[in-house]
Amino acid sequence: MLIRKPPDIRSYEITSETNYVNRRQFLRTSALAGGSLLAGSALSAIVPDSPMAELPGVIAGGYSTTEAPNSVEDIVTYNNYYEFGTGKSDPVNNSQDFKPRPWTIEVAGHADITGTFDIEDFIKPHILEERIYRMRCVEAWSMVIPWVGIPLVDVIKRFKPTSAAKFVRFETLHDPARMPGQRRGSLQWPYREGLTIAEATNPLPLLVVGLYGHALPNQNGAPIRLVVPWKYGFKGIKGIVKMSFESRQPVSSWQMAASHEYGFYANVNPNVAHPRWSQARERRIGAGFFAEKQATLMFNGYGEQVAHLYAGLDLRRNF
Amino acid sequence: MPASTCGETSKTTAAFTLNALSQIRFVWKPLVFIACLIPAILVLTDALEITGRLGANPIEEIQDRFGNWGLRFILAALTVTPLRQLSGWNWLTRFRRMLGLFAFFYVCTHFLVWLLLDQRLLMSAILEDIVERPFITIGFTALLLLLSMAGTSTLAMRRRLGRRWQQLHNSIYIVGMLGVWHYWWQVKLDVREPLIYASVLAALLGYRLWRRFRKSR
Repeated sequence: MLIRKPPDIRSYEITSETNYVNRRQFLRTSALAGGSLLAGSALSAIVPDSPMAELPGVIAGGYSTTEAPNSVEDIVTYNNYYEFGTGKSDPVNNSQDFKPRPWTIEVAGHADITGTFDIEDFIKPHILEERIYRMRCVEAWSMVIPWVGIPLVDVIKRFKPTSAAKFVRFETLHDPARMPGQRRGSLQWPYREGLTIAEATNPLPLLVVGLYGHALPNQNGAPIRLVVPWKYGFKGIKGIVKMSFESRQPVSSWQMAASHEYGFYANVNPNVAHPRWSQARERRIGAGFFAEKQATLMFNGYGEQVAHLYAGLDLRRNF
Repeated sequence: MPASTCGETSKTTAAFTLNALSQIRFVWKPLVFIACLIPAILVLTDALEITGRLGANPIEEIQDRFGNWGLRFILAALTVTPLRQLSGWNWLTRFRRMLGLFAFFYVCTHFLVWLLLDQRLLMSAILEDIVERPFITIGFTALLLLLSMAGTSTLAMRRRLGRRWQQLHNSIYIVGMLGVWHYWWQVKLDVREPLIYASVLAALLGYRLWRRFRKSR
């Protein structure tokens, strides 16, 4: 069921290889240039500071689905981002004054390279890729979204985690003055999420800085967010300000809120129901009034890339 | 308790001239009826994008709106008696059945949207939801109670059932509690709105308990 379109796989393998070579070339060049900035280089990721500005130098990445993407309107008006309110239209309504600059990201924990980096320096050594991923929310709806970002695995390798790093922990900005939803205690702020190091170094997770070829809108997690397409959407932490390499399994905000409903793994799994709703099927947003729900795929259809990560793990208990 | 407050007593009628009664019947009742239909009309005109929009997930939006209005009308019907007793406006009673039937109407449409548009009549999924998801079990129970009340809401049925009619219709208290519980349980985290409904319901039921307690002393 999951291995339905062999041509897809071949094309991603080719693309991903090309990217890999490009990246190596780029890293070599920048090393020769003494790590100086190759401003304007097509290979250097540049993110404009205003949301929805066009992103230059985006290449087509691998792993993209051939399904039709959702409209921009759907993607930017129907969001879960409790930092801006708990209603689906709260993020678009309450985030328009949010300034995603200046922005720094702190890298901490068990890694050779740690410190606080300006967002530009954080992403500059990488190439922006467009990847069209399925997004499955734990609330049993889904979208197809053309993200633009950098593979998390490449970022992690750059900071050289040590053997003590078993998990990667992420944190969202905690600034109630800028994020009105944080003025109330709906979740415990800051929002936090985590992945095992094996999950984080899988080729699929993307640190996203844009969608539809434009800089990420505030309501979608500007300036930088995580996308982990085989997990429920809440794992895709937004507005990231901290990434740390941990030896112990981090606890996510949703686990803190209701650990019997939201687990650490949160892999899309049609066979394990949420206590209050079935996960067997999903409503594809934008499919129209009379469209039937579609069957939810194990690991959201990315089983081929990630199923091996969970070999021997009881997914019913480790939900 | 509510048996004695049902309204159509000779005392109430005497307070009105025939003219006032026909005014309620032919002017106010049709107006209130139309006002009660507005939320449903807005769903239709929003779906056609005349008055607004239903957003990215229209089925969820419609279901939520109908559910909310069902709950509001349950609370409105429950407000009639306390408000009449506190204000002395006995004519309020004449609108109670209509409010109750609109509660049934909105809860019904809420259910039908779930059944037809959300579940697309997929029996296995429907049964699984009703049996395995407690908040849906609760909602479905409330619907069945409302159905039994709507089915016996005519004057003829009321006469036929006698005392048992009031016993049956007292289940509106249970329906109110189930409705709020259904909503509360369904919310992911932010319980502010269900809390408002719960507070209003607590006040309405609390008033009745307080009155009964005072009477029995």
